Amino acid sequence: MSDELLPHGHPTRAPASQRGRTAEVLEHAKALGKQIEVTIDGRAITVPLGTTILESAQQLGIRIPTLCYHQDLCLAGVCRICVVEVEGQRALQASCSYPITAPIHVKTHTPAVRKARRHILDLMLANHYGECYTCNRNGNCELQSLAEEYGVDYFRFGRMEKPRYEIDLSSHALVRDMNKCVLCRRCVRTCIDLQEVGVLEAIDRGNRIKIATFGDKPLSDVVCINCGQCINRCPTGALRANDNTDEVWQAIDDPTKHVVIQTAPSPRAGIGECFGLPPGQPMTFRMNTALRYCGFDKVFDTNFAADLTIIEEGTELLLRLKAAMANDECRMMNDESALQHPERSQSQSIHNSSFINHNFPVPLPQFTSCSPGWVKFAEHFYPEYLDHVSTCKSPQQMFGALLKTFYAEKTGVNPRDIVTVALMPCSAKKFECNRPEMCASGYKDIDYGLTTRELAKMIREVGVDLPNMPKSDFDDPFGTATGSGVIFGVTGGVMESAIRTVFELVTGKKVENLFDHAEVVPVRGFEGIRYAELPIVEVGPVPAIISHLFKDWNWLKGATLKVAVAHGTANAKRVMEDIKAGGKFSECHFIEFMACPGGCLGGGGQPIPTSPEIRAARAKAIYDEDRSYTIRKSHENPALLQVYADFLTDGPCGHRSHKLLHTHYTPRGKYIA
Amino acid sequence: MLVTEQERLRDDLVKMTDRFGRDRSALMPILQELMRTRYHISEYSMQVIADLLDIHPVEVSSVVSFYSFLEDKQRGQFVIRLCRTIACDMSGEGNVARQLVNDLGIEFGGTTPDGKFTLGWANCLGMCDQGPAMLVNEKIYTQVTPEKVHSILEECRSTFGVHATVDKERC
Ligand code: SF4
Ligand code: SF4
Ligand code: SF4
Ligand code: FES
Ligand code: FES
Repeated sequence: MSDELLPHGHPTRAPASQRGRTAEVLEHAKALGKQIEVTIDGRAITVPLGTTILESAQQLGIRIPTLCYHQDLCLAGVCRICVVEVEGQRALQASCSYPITAPIHVKTHTPAVRKARRHILDLMLANHYGECYTCNRNGNCELQSLAEEYGVDYFRFGRMEKPRYEIDLSSHALVRDMNKCVLCRRCVRTCIDLQEVGVLEAIDRGNRIKIATFGDKPLSDVVCINCGQCINRCPTGALRANDNTDEVWQAIDDPTKHVVIQTAPSPRAGIGECFGLPPGQPMTFRMNTALRYCGFDKVFDTNFAADLTIIEEGTELLLRLKAAMANDECRMMNDESALQHPERSQSQSIHNSSFINHNFPVPLPQFTSCSPGWVKFAEHFYPEYLDHVSTCKSPQQMFGALLKTFYAEKTGVNPRDIVTVALMPCSAKKFECNRPEMCASGYKDIDYGLTTRELAKMIREVGVDLPNMPKSDFDDPFGTATGSGVIFGVTGGVMESAIRTVFELVTGKKVENLFDHAEVVPVRGFEGIRYAELPIVEVGPVPAIISHLFKDWNWLKGATLKVAVAHGTANAKRVMEDIKAGGKFSECHFIEFMACPGGCLGGGGQPIPTSPEIRAARAKAIYDEDRSYTIRKSHENPALLQVYADFLTDGPCGHRSHKLLHTHYTPRGKYIA
Repeated sequence: MLVTEQERLRDDLVKMTDRFGRDRSALMPILQELMRTRYHISEYSMQVIADLLDIHPVEVSSVVSFYSFLEDKQRGQFVIRLCRTIACDMSGEGNVARQLVNDLGIEFGGTTPDGKFTLGWANCLGMCDQGPAMLVNEKIYTQVTPEKVHSILEECRSTFGVHATVDKERC
């Protein structure tokens, strides 16, 4: 099959890494412009050459069952559940991977097709340790629904009576139970092709085949970045997040414990899906009521900490820029040869304006650090660049540190009795809160991380129908945050918030002058990698909050801030390789990286299923929420300014903030012993 | 200068990529060459290969686990694979098997303590009309009899001298 005939967006499995290495949709045969007429179940449709039977049927509203097929992934064609009859062909064809190149007649539900599908299911079930009522995916399992759909009422080929594999519980984030695996290889394609981390592959062959890690090691010992993207795409309960709800219930039921929960922006945009709502219905304030109903003592907004992150990370960036600039000046003074070599001094001034100095390296560009999946990715694959990663903790961890210090002081609750729970769209956050260094408060800063899916189960367990809950606000002293915090949930959001704040701190002008409604459109969207330049034409006075660090902004006048955004680690890898090679991204000043496609809203803890449309709907919900806030910039958050006035008295990047809000990283490398 | 075995292995692999290319498709020739020279593919070499070809180590291990002729465990310098499929079975494979076990002093699946021979089974080698058939590394022997076993093993032992100059260090 020639490349041109491949259906769009589905590079074949094998050579993905040999192609342009983009995570983007590839050129499609549609570009050839040829149309072709096919008949499916007696209905005609004209489609571009190379469209698959499955895609054509979907356009006609004809449902063909699938299992190994996933919209986000390249084709595998391994499960055969999608078989159809193509007139004139003896064997049934897998419709997901059959590109139409001739005017064919297709029948999707003939007796032969139905029988074949049923057989395939029966065979899968024979190798499946099915125990639906104790299974994490009960009620949301593609295998289960197929069995129902095809009327499986007994085990024709027997069944697995005993589990065959040990459950891998080694990871804080993921649990692998290969007894439930149907070998569809979606996780393999997710990890290798979509994320390019490369943790899972099919090992061995024939009836001994299984999905395993390198050397069949426990997940905690390999390069898994805990992004959970494989969980979101697994059709069964074989992959799941490491569930902490039991511990959380226990804490809630313990009267001596003060249990507080912080909720991140993405779960609010997604949790409605677990209650039967279409994607993109924000549940923020209804969820607050439901959480109190569950028994949480206080409900806080992670966005408060997101605003804090912006102040800290923005200040860090300005400090780095200033240091790079100071180095430049110092070099200019010492470097007599600059006078003798005018061409060099010229190149020097170019470097000046881009703040990059190669002789006295201040690590630039600065990378964001709020995605724990990305952080672990960097620790494994780019350990030599860890000093570029902002030292700021993620909002979750900043909040945890504040809860067990500032909040404990303020309320008089012994920090030992505070249990901090974080509702996150993310499985990597479970790993992050268990990192040994995350105990700046003297206690474990965040005790438990819950995913959106886990919280939905808790809410259901107390008999609450979330969509019909009354609304209620977040608790003080952290209040309701700003729109900037909210958009952390979508790719480009951290960058947009940072731009809003840094721009205003430096120029003293409203960011609205530059971007309508403070919406920094160039960094929005779902394109894998985005790049923007922001000229700083004039500068204003240094605001009080950081006046202890900067005298004036004159050194920034006339400079152009270069920023980039990448989401999904495959795109992050592209950017990092470019930086390594000294390409355009090495001249950036600030780069946002998110491990998950779409940013946090596509996180590994979000409701299943996921698709580009679902992620777009969630993004819309988040941007709408941003627009609904009156305060939309982190540095204007009143609760935040209060915390700096009362507690973090030595200001952003000050001593106290360094102790509580900043962290360090562990170079891990990719070689496994 | 002290060169560690890992460094030497890495150098060898780099040379192999010079020869076979750095494309993903160079994977099989490299793995085969590694089997020829080091008689197994260690986890470390899988990771180096992945690094050189810009693929993931788990993909290399997937390939190694798929093919019976690629092994991650140390095996002997000569791998003897006796056909156990029906035609050979009927033409006296059992006697040959017994002879091999006697001569080598190991069971099927085992490796001699000196690391010279590994004994194993093969399925039909496509020599059904000339059975019993037996594969020694890449060389095929047909119409093997218990008597011939001895001379085949001797032949191997004598080539050992030649092979001894080849780097046979393990890691
Ligand atoms: S994976 Fe699906 S079919 Fe299997 S036990 Fe779980 S819910 Fe049931
Ligand atoms: S969590 Fe992410 S890195 Fe880990 S196996 Fe799944 S997809 Fe791969
Ligand atoms: S673990 Fe899940 S996604 Fe991976 S092959 Fe098995 S069933 Fe498919
Ligand atoms: S969905 Fe088509 S082969 Fe699996
Ligand atoms: S049966 Fe032994 S070679 Fe065919």
